[in-house]
Amino acid sequence: MEDGIISVQNLSKVYASGYQALKNVNLNIRKGEIFALLGPNGAGKTTLISIICGIVNPSSGTVKADGHDILSDYRAARGKIGLVPQELTTDIFEKVYDTVKFSRGLFGKTPNPAHLEKVLKDLTLWEKKDNKIMTLSGGMKRRVMIAKALSHEPTILFLDEPSAGVDVELRREMWDMVRALRDNGVTIILTTHYIEEAQEMADRIGIISKGELILVENKNDLMKKLGKKTLSLVLQNPLEEVPAELAPFKVELSADRTQLTYSFDSQGEQTGIAALIKKMNDIGIGFKDLNTSESSLEEIFVKLVGGR
Amino acid sequence: MHFNIHAVKAIYFYELSRFFRTIFQSLASPVLSTSLYFIVFGSAIGSRMGEIDSVSYGAFIVPGLIMLSILTESVSNASFGIYMPKWSGTIYEVLSAPISALEIVVGYVGAAATKSVILGTVILCTARVFVNFSVAHPLVMVAFLVLTSVTFSLFGFIIGLWADGFEKLQVVPLMIITPLTFLGGSFYSINMLPPVWQKITLFNPVVYLISGFRWSFYGISDVGVVASLGMTLVFMSGCLAVIWWIFKTGYKIKN
Repeated sequence: MEDGIISVQNLSKVYASGYQALKNVNLNIRKGEIFALLGPNGAGKTTLISIICGIVNPSSGTVKADGHDILSDYRAARGKIGLVPQELTTDIFEKVYDTVKFSRGLFGKTPNPAHLEKVLKDLTLWEKKDNKIMTLSGGMKRRVMIAKALSHEPTILFLDEPSAGVDVELRREMWDMVRALRDNGVTIILTTHYIEEAQEMADRIGIISKGELILVENKNDLMKKLGKKTLSLVLQNPLEEVPAELAPFKVELSADRTQLTYSFDSQGEQTGIAALIKKMNDIGIGFKDLNTSESSLEEIFVKLVGGR
Repeated sequence: MHFNIHAVKAIYFYELSRFFRTIFQSLASPVLSTSLYFIVFGSAIGSRMGEIDSVSYGAFIVPGLIMLSILTESVSNASFGIYMPKWSGTIYEVLSAPISALEIVVGYVGAAATKSVILGTVILCTARVFVNFSVAHPLVMVAFLVLTSVTFSLFGFIIGLWADGFEKLQVVPLMIITPLTFLGGSFYSINMLPPVWQKITLFNPVVYLISGFRWSFYGISDVGVVASLGMTLVFMSGCLAVIWWIFKTGYKIKN
């Protein structure tokens, strides 16, 4: 297995309570990609991130960040990583600039007011730099968390549920910011409950369930591989039932009997659409409209996780 | 050996800024309570008491009262300093930074000990307003002040790591530190106790701290100054060993 910028091998975590949060996880994150980690609550997403970032000790297995072991070479490994946690955990009595400056110092970087100014300006926080964090809105606090994570110029950025509790406008802005970071060479790993976010942002997707990484796939490949397309035909005249001649196509008749729905594999050599329309024509069933739709990532996710 | 000095400075000054942000509460409360001790024990009761080893009672209790404040404040400051990030979740940032356990301890404990030294100095000046005294061995006095502040800040740091609720933070200073300090010769010489209690009280580590500190003021002590210094170092070593074990195993931090 080739080593990525993040390399996780045979990683397991059993908490002191006996709960096994991760089971033999293997994962490679490629340099410069946006990787989305999807999973239901309690699947192990945050535990995986926490181990990589040094917040939680692994029970077994190895993790490398940019070639540095997170335990034996933790200084080099952690220096590469920035983390935006799920919770808005900051000292609310502290000022914006001071808390970002503190974060940079923690990571052993010499003071660099120019960089901090750029980060704060990029996140539209510069005007608020002297404000106490307690005076900021939830969205602004989220930006502060991102500014803290970027303060030491990481090459790997973890975003744990970055859109939790932010409005649509800020979410869109964050997506733009994440893309801009990726364009500047930062590898992004995000966990999210918002499938739309993964669908919008990710190059590759990993799905974790009950501590096991059940799938890692290029987003487009995943959607092609698992995505079903459906063809809906709006009939000219209602049908009493699906004619026997159409049974091989497994079409479904809508409750109001005015629409036939046909599911097909978009990647298959024969979709069967032409044959279906010909057969309908042969038996005299006309249609006045048709459209196709594709499975969303959410439907794929539910299908994968729900099947376990 | 690499030492992340920027991280240590970041933690140290961040903690000190918290202290200076609440400077009035941080200093006013201990100074007020110490002043009350001097008024009650030093002036009101002390004026009716004889000298102890040729030192007036008011002056005799000065080292003990400074120790009383330093011990409780060191434990409180250090335990609160590390417990708050744990409680609020901001500890994630420290744990995910390229910083060793030693550097974390130096930052947090260094800040807590600095606060205690500042407090001790302020109380010393306050005491001088009420009582006339001199310091016979100023360097030894400073050494004991710093050593005690560091040692009990280490102890407080352990409590902060161990505690999983605010009540636990309060229990140790209230139920252990304060009684041991009161029974450790803050207000009396242990030679004034019955013989059997003189023996028993030697198991109280605070006796050695107060005795050594008092020696630096007046050249009188209940136990030898070397024994005092030795006990302080033993306690400090014990605290360092416990902290080393906590970080090595991740006890209550990374599990």
